[in-house]
Amino acid sequence: MLNRRGVLAAGAAGAMLPGPLSRARAQANTIRLGVLSDMSGPYRDATGPGCVVMTQAAVAEFGARGFNVEVVQADHQNRPDVGANIARQWYDQGVDVVLDVPTSSVALAVNQIAREKNKVFLNSGAATSDLTGSQCSPNTVHWTYDTWMLAKGTGAAIVRTGGDSWFFITADYAFGHALQRDTTRFVEAAGGRVLGAARYPFPATTDFSAFVVQAQASRAKVLGMANASTDTVNTIKAAREFGLHRSMKLAALLMGLVDVHALGLESGQGLLLTESFYWDLNDRTRALTARVRAQNQGRPPAMVQAGCYGAALHYLKAVADIGVAAAKADGRAAVARMKAMPTDDDAFGPGRIREDGRKLHPVFLFEVKSPAESRGPWDYYKVAATTPGEDAFRPQAEGGCALVRS
Amino acid sequence: MLEFLESITGVPTPLLFGQLLLGLINGAFYAMLSLGLAVIFGLLNIINFTHGAQFMMGAFVAWMLLNWLGLGYWWALLLAPLIVGATGVIIERTMISRLYKLDHLYGLLLTFGIGLMIEGVFRNEFGSSGLPYRIPAELQGAWDLGFMFMPIYRGWVVLFALICCLATWLVIEKTRLGAYLRAATENAALVQAFGVNVPRMITLTYGAGVALAALAGVLAAPIYSVNPQMGTNLIIVVFAVVVIGGMGSILGSVLTGFGLGIIEGLTKVYWPEASATVIFVIMAIVLLTRPAGLFGRA
Amino acid sequence: MASETTAGTIAPATSADGVWGFSRAQLAALGVLIAFLAIAPFFLYPVFLMKLLCFALFACAFNLLIGYVGLLSFGHAAYFGMGGYIAGYTAKAYGISPEIAVLAGAAVAGIQGWVFGWIAIRRQGIYFAMITLAMAQMVYFFCVQAPFTGGEDGIQAIPRGSLFGSISLASDMTMYWFVAAVFLIGFLLVHRIIHSPYGQVLKAIRENEPRATSLGYRTDDYKLVAFILSATLAGVAGGVKSLVFGIATLTDVHWSMSGEVVLMTLVGGLGTVFGPVVGAAVIVTMQNYLAEMGAWVTVIQGAIFVAVVLAFRRGIVGEIAHALRVKL
Repeated sequence: MLNRRGVLAAGAAGAMLPGPLSRARAQANTIRLGVLSDMSGPYRDATGPGCVVMTQAAVAEFGARGFNVEVVQADHQNRPDVGANIARQWYDQGVDVVLDVPTSSVALAVNQIAREKNKVFLNSGAATSDLTGSQCSPNTVHWTYDTWMLAKGTGAAIVRTGGDSWFFITADYAFGHALQRDTTRFVEAAGGRVLGAARYPFPATTDFSAFVVQAQASRAKVLGMANASTDTVNTIKAAREFGLHRSMKLAALLMGLVDVHALGLESGQGLLLTESFYWDLNDRTRALTARVRAQNQGRPPAMVQAGCYGAALHYLKAVADIGVAAAKADGRAAVARMKAMPTDDDAFGPGRIREDGRKLHPVFLFEVKSPAESRGPWDYYKVAATTPGEDAFRPQAEGGCALVRS
Repeated sequence: MLEFLESITGVPTPLLFGQLLLGLINGAFYAMLSLGLAVIFGLLNIINFTHGAQFMMGAFVAWMLLNWLGLGYWWALLLAPLIVGATGVIIERTMISRLYKLDHLYGLLLTFGIGLMIEGVFRNEFGSSGLPYRIPAELQGAWDLGFMFMPIYRGWVVLFALICCLATWLVIEKTRLGAYLRAATENAALVQAFGVNVPRMITLTYGAGVALAALAGVLAAPIYSVNPQMGTNLIIVVFAVVVIGGMGSILGSVLTGFGLGIIEGLTKVYWPEASATVIFVIMAIVLLTRPAGLFGRA
Repeated sequence: MASETTAGTIAPATSADGVWGFSRAQLAALGVLIAFLAIAPFFLYPVFLMKLLCFALFACAFNLLIGYVGLLSFGHAAYFGMGGYIAGYTAKAYGISPEIAVLAGAAVAGIQGWVFGWIAIRRQGIYFAMITLAMAQMVYFFCVQAPFTGGEDGIQAIPRGSLFGSISLASDMTMYWFVAAVFLIGFLLVHRIIHSPYGQVLKAIRENEPRATSLGYRTDDYKLVAFILSATLAGVAGGVKSLVFGIATLTDVHWSMSGEVVLMTLVGGLGTVFGPVVGAAVIVTMQNYLAEMGAWVTVIQGAIFVAVVLAFRRGIVGEIAHALRVKL
C-alpha cells in the first residue's frame, strides 16, 4: 500500500515539475506569447482557436528581426481559478505575454497577476470597461472593445438615424445592467427616450416571447437587447416570430459575426450591432482575411480574433524597439513603449494606445444584410455609421484610472 | 376581477392573457420532458440525467436531417425521435442494464456522465454558438387574436405536445402493452413468469422516454437557439417539476408541467426577476407540506 | 452494520479500531499523507497544491454525506461557493483577518445547509439528489444577481491578510502552511465525527433507517446535523480557496462544480477515508493538463464518470484497499 501511494505521489510530482522551465532559461532570445482563451465553452467560436491562428499570423507578418517568437495556448474553461493558475505558471516559466482572455472574471484575475509579476497582458476578448477604469494597470492593454464603446456605438448612432424611442430587454446581472445604463445615457444625450425595460433572469431564460410581447406593447421604435450570445439569438428569434421587426428596429448591444452566422440572415436581417472589425471593410482587411482564412477553418476572422492579431503585432514592434532583454525583464516598460508608438495594422488601421491602456480605433455600426443582399457565405454586414476612435471610447477622465494624472 | 388585477398591478389585461398563453407553451416543454422522465423512472427506477442532452440531440438531428439529407421539419418530427430513441436503446443495452441490481444512485451518476460526454462531443463538432433552424413554411405567420399576435407555430407546439401526452397516457393506461408495463413496475419477476420479455420491455421503455425528449427537441429547434447547452438549464427546472408532481402518475406529471409553465409565465409579468426561481420555491413549499409530491404516492 | 465491502451498495463502512479510530493501514496512509504535505511545496507548485487541498477538503465534506449517511447531494457547490463569496467579501470589504473571514464563510454555508437540509431530508435517494440540485441552482441565480458577489466579474483582488492579525499570508509558502493546517484539521475532524457514537448512529441509519427509528433514534435530526456539518466544511474549503486565489466567482456555485465534487469522491472511492483526497488530486491535476490540451474537458470528465460507475465502483482507494484487504 505504501508503495502504491508512493508511486502515485511521485508520478504526480514528476508530472508537475514544470518542463518548460529549463527550456525558458535556455531561450533568453525568445519572446513567448501565451494565448489564454475559451477553447471549449460558449466563446470558443468568437475567440478560442481562431485567436491562436491570428496571433500566429501576426508573428508571421512581423517576420524575423533578430529574435524568436513562440506561441503557446491554453484553455481557461471560463474558470477564473484555472485561468489564474495557468497565467501564474506561464509567467513564472518564461511566458512574456498573456493574450486574449475572454470572460471578465478571468480577465480581471489575470490583470492582477500580470501586474504582480510585471509581465504583459494584452486583452482582446473581455468586455468589462473596468480593465481601463477602476482596475487599470500599467501592464495591461485592452485592445478590441468594451461595454462602454458598445453602448455608445449603438445607442448614439441609432438615435441619429431616427430611432429615438427605446425599449430594453436586459439580462438581469451586472453586465446587462451596465449595458442598459450606458446605452440609456447615450440615447438620452442624443435626444431619445427610453420607454421601458424588461429584466429577465440570467442564465435561466430560453423563452423570450413574454418580454418580446411587452416590448411590442410599449410602441417604442427600437428594441435594445442588453444581453449576449445565445440569449440574443433567442430574443431575435422570438422577436421575428411575433412580427416585432415590422414595427421596431432590433439593436443587439453585444453581438458578433459568429452569432449572426448562428442566427442566419433570414432571422437576422435588418439587425443593428456594433463592432470594431469586419473582414470585408476595406482592402487591408480583405487581404488579411485572405492570408488567414485557410488556417481558420475557412472562416474569416471575428472581431476578437482580429484583436489578438493587432495586439500581438504591435507588441512585437515594441519589443524590436526596446530590445528583447529589456522587454522580457520589464513588462511595464514594454507596455509603456507600446503606448508611445502609434499603432498600425491591417485589421484596425492606424490608431494609438492611451495612457490608461485603452486602444483607440474606429468603431462601426453595422446593419445585417438580407439574404438577397448577401453575395456569398459570411457576407453579412453593411456599414450603417462610423465613430472615429477618439470619440468611440470612454474619455480617460471618466474612467477613474489611477494611472491618469488629472 | 381582471380590471381589479389590472388596477393593482398596472399590467394591461391583454398582456396578461398573452402571457398565460405563452406560459402554456413553456409548460408544453416541461410536460413532455417530465413525462419522459416519469415513464423511464416508472419501470427502470432511474432518473435519466441524460434527458437534457437527448432533448438537445433531437434538435440537432433535425438540423442534420435538413442540412445533410435535405429532409425538412415534418420528416424530422418522425425521424429524429426514432434515431435518438435508437441511441437510447444502445445506451440502455450496453450500459444502464448493468446497473439494475445496484443502488439507484449509480444510474443517476452514469447518466450524468453520459450527458456530459454527449454535450462535449456536440460542442466539439458544432461549436457553441448555435445553428439556425427555420420554422416550417406551413406554420409561419401569426394569428391576430385581438389582444395579441399568436404565432401559429407556438399554437402548434401546445397542440402537438398535448396530443403526445394524451397518446402516452392512453398507451400506458388503456392498452395491453401498458398493462404489462404497469404490472412489471409492481413485480417484474411475476410478469416475466407469464412469458413477457421484461428486459426487452425495459429497453423499449427507455427508448420511448428518450424519443419523447428528442421530440421536444425537434419542437424547440425553430424557436430556440440550437446549441449544445440548450438542454442543461432546462433539465434542472424539469427535475424540480418532477419533484413537485411526484413521479407516481403520468397524468400528474403532465398536469404539473403545464401548470408550472403557466405560473412561471405569470411571474414573468408581475415579477420577472423571480421567474427563474419561482418553480424552485414552489418545490420547497410542496416538499414541506406534501413530501411525496402533488400526485405521488409516499 | 455492514463490515464487508460490496460493490453494490454506495459507501462501504469502516468500523472503528486501532488508534484514534484509525486502523493500522490507515495510520500508515495518514503518515504518508502528512509527509507528502510537508515535502510537497518544495518541489511542486504551491498555488497548485493549495488548490488541490481546498478541493480535497471539499470532497471530504461531501463524502461525509454520501459515504456515511448514504445521501447523494447534487448541490454542494452552493455551500462551497457561498463560503468563498462570504469569506472573500468580508476579507475585502471589512479587511478582517483571514481566519475570521473563513469562519464567517463557513457559518453562512452552515446556516444555508441547515435550511436546505431541513427541506431536502424529507426525501431520499434520487429525489434527494434532485432537490439539492434544484436548491443549489436557486443559490446560483441569487449569486448572479446579488450586488455583493460582483455578478459575472466576481469578487476580485481579495487580500490574503494576516493570520491572527500578525502573520502575513502574502507569500505563497506561508499561505500553503495555513491551507495545509486547515485541510488537516478538517480531514481529522471528518474522521473523528464518523468514529464518534454519533457517527455510528449515522451508519446505522444508512444501513437500515426503519430499524434505527424503531430503536428510538430521531433519524431526521441525525441526518440534518450531518448535512449541516458537511455544508459548513464545504464552506471552509470554499473560503480558503477564495483567499488563495484572491477571487470568488460564479464558477464555484455553478452546478458543474457540484458534479465535479461527486466525480472526485467517486474516483477516489465513496466512503473511504482517503478516497476523496486522492480523487481530488487526480481530477485537479487532470484539469491542469487538459487546459493545455484543448477542448475535450467535458467529454473526458463524462467518460471517467461512466468508466468508474461501470468498471470500478470502489474507486482508486477502494480498489487498492480491496486488493490489500485493508480499510483505507
